[in-house]
Amino acid sequence: MYRNLTIRQKQIVWAWAFLAIPVLFYTVIRFYPTGNAILISFQDWNLLGDRTWAGLENYEKLWNDPVFWKVFQNTFVYLLLGTPISLVLSFVIAYHLDKLRFMHGFLRMLYFLPFMTSAVAMAWVWRWFYQDVPIGLFNNILASFGIPQIKFLQSTTNALPAVLAPAVWAGLGFQVIIFMAGLRAIPQSYYEAAKIDGVGWFTVLTQITIPLLRPTIVFIVVFSSIGFLRIFDHVFNMTTNNPGGPLNATKPLVLMIYDTAFNGFDMGYAAAQTVVLFTILLIVSLIQLRLLRSN
Amino acid sequence: MVAAPDVPRASAEALLRSEPAKRPRNMGQILRWLLLFIGGILMVMPIAYMISTSLKWPHEVYNVNLIPEEPTIENYTYVLEDGRFYWWFVNSIIIATITTICNLLFDSLVGYTLCKFRFPGRTIVFIAILSTLMIPTEMLVIPWYLMSQSFGWLDSYWGIMFPGLMTAFGTFLMKQFFESVPDDFIEAARIDGLNELQIWWTVAMPLVKPALAALAIFVFLGNWTAFLWPLIVTNSVDMYTIPVGLSGFGDEADVAWELIMTGAAISTIPTLVVFLIFQRFIIRGVVMAGLKG
Repeated sequence: MYRNLTIRQKQIVWAWAFLAIPVLFYTVIRFYPTGNAILISFQDWNLLGDRTWAGLENYEKLWNDPVFWKVFQNTFVYLLLGTPISLVLSFVIAYHLDKLRFMHGFLRMLYFLPFMTSAVAMAWVWRWFYQDVPIGLFNNILASFGIPQIKFLQSTTNALPAVLAPAVWAGLGFQVIIFMAGLRAIPQSYYEAAKIDGVGWFTVLTQITIPLLRPTIVFIVVFSSIGFLRIFDHVFNMTTNNPGGPLNATKPLVLMIYDTAFNGFDMGYAAAQTVVLFTILLIVSLIQLRLLRSN
Repeated sequence: MVAAPDVPRASAEALLRSEPAKRPRNMGQILRWLLLFIGGILMVMPIAYMISTSLKWPHEVYNVNLIPEEPTIENYTYVLEDGRFYWWFVNSIIIATITTICNLLFDSLVGYTLCKFRFPGRTIVFIAILSTLMIPTEMLVIPWYLMSQSFGWLDSYWGIMFPGLMTAFGTFLMKQFFESVPDDFIEAARIDGLNELQIWWTVAMPLVKPALAALAIFVFLGNWTAFLWPLIVTNSVDMYTIPVGLSGFGDEADVAWELIMTGAAISTIPTLVVFLIFQRFIIRGVVMAGLKG
């Protein structure tokens, strides 16, 4: 029967034969769960009892939950601190590293190495750094200079930046490499023309380099924003004694979802939180893609 | 979810172009080099302290010196003799390896089909797969958990692996790279009487090896360090992966910091060693995957 098919028909048969398992996979493991999560968000269910229809109850509960608003705020603080800081740092490093040839590969390796580490392992290393005297490295160094101790993870004001630092640190190397690739893609002739015109380095930077790097910048902003909005591993591991603490000062949305679903077993409420996360991610990426398109 | 900037692949190569290692000439260049060098040293300090502490005796752990006075592998012996880390390590290797192989096969097969075949439904399949990039994993963990519970997949390798066996990111990456495989090659192979499966495997796949390597690095690293889903789906200590195990180990009462650092080092050193061996290759892969994916 197969022999009688035209070449075009054979192609269709092959294509669908290749796609059969993947299509099944995406349907069952991606699309069905997405729909299911949205459905559960309208239900009341504690995993053991019956699933009952709750309408918008979970969303109303979320709206009136002071913890949720604290978590919402934290999530955006991670985003609004993390993204600009890592963007500026990685650009400055890449910009200068690009101008150096001496031991270039070695320096690049030093900056990239943290990207190859696991978030959980490094969260524990940083957590150790942050301990009080005589344990923590940072406070030991401060003490040896006679500087007063800093409470890092126990303070409601310092804890969030302290948790964010290793997340920024680990992602920096990736962004540096992407920026350097972007810098290399700018045609040398632009710089030569600027040189002939006698334009200063600052003008070259703001008039040539940064505008031409725009696609790279947008890519890095989108990529790192999504990462910071989904922060979990670092927070969970640096505050295991009181996840998201002290007093929810470090709790991001993903940790709240984990807590609600797998410690509180309030599946409907947790699902509503995941729908909120999905919406936030969607809006943030759409805004940023829009910025990329304009001009 | 992420728009790839329109940077030609050549820039990945340009990044690695070896140029003469000119010594810095003027003061400005020397200063720039020094500052970048200091910054780079600071970047690797957390890793250096982790490894250094894992080699220290308990009495020396809280000294700030980087080089242990009397290095010892006692901590490693202790942690490995305990047995748990050994199993977590094995679990992580198995899971990351199988997931990587699955991604290489399926992502490239789907990418190839979407790129080189013309058939009804092609656009819909492509858009559907691409749209899954917008769905965060965190939204799916609850349904995945319920699914695993009803099929008895909890606390098993399959349960840990099934969500990541194919990725839209990998499919999209591979599709981009198959664009560079000339249609003439495929036509010629067809005339030679190869069937479509053979053409994909023997003609197209060898031509996208760099992309496959880039994908392999991303998938392996991603699964080696994955935390949220393995944390949810496993509940017996024997089934933990390294990150889940380390997290629980660090949280135990009275566990010494040098032992936590040893556990952290065990989970980090393999990827660092792989990176140091294949450095140029990995950086090229990261640029390719980052810009094309």
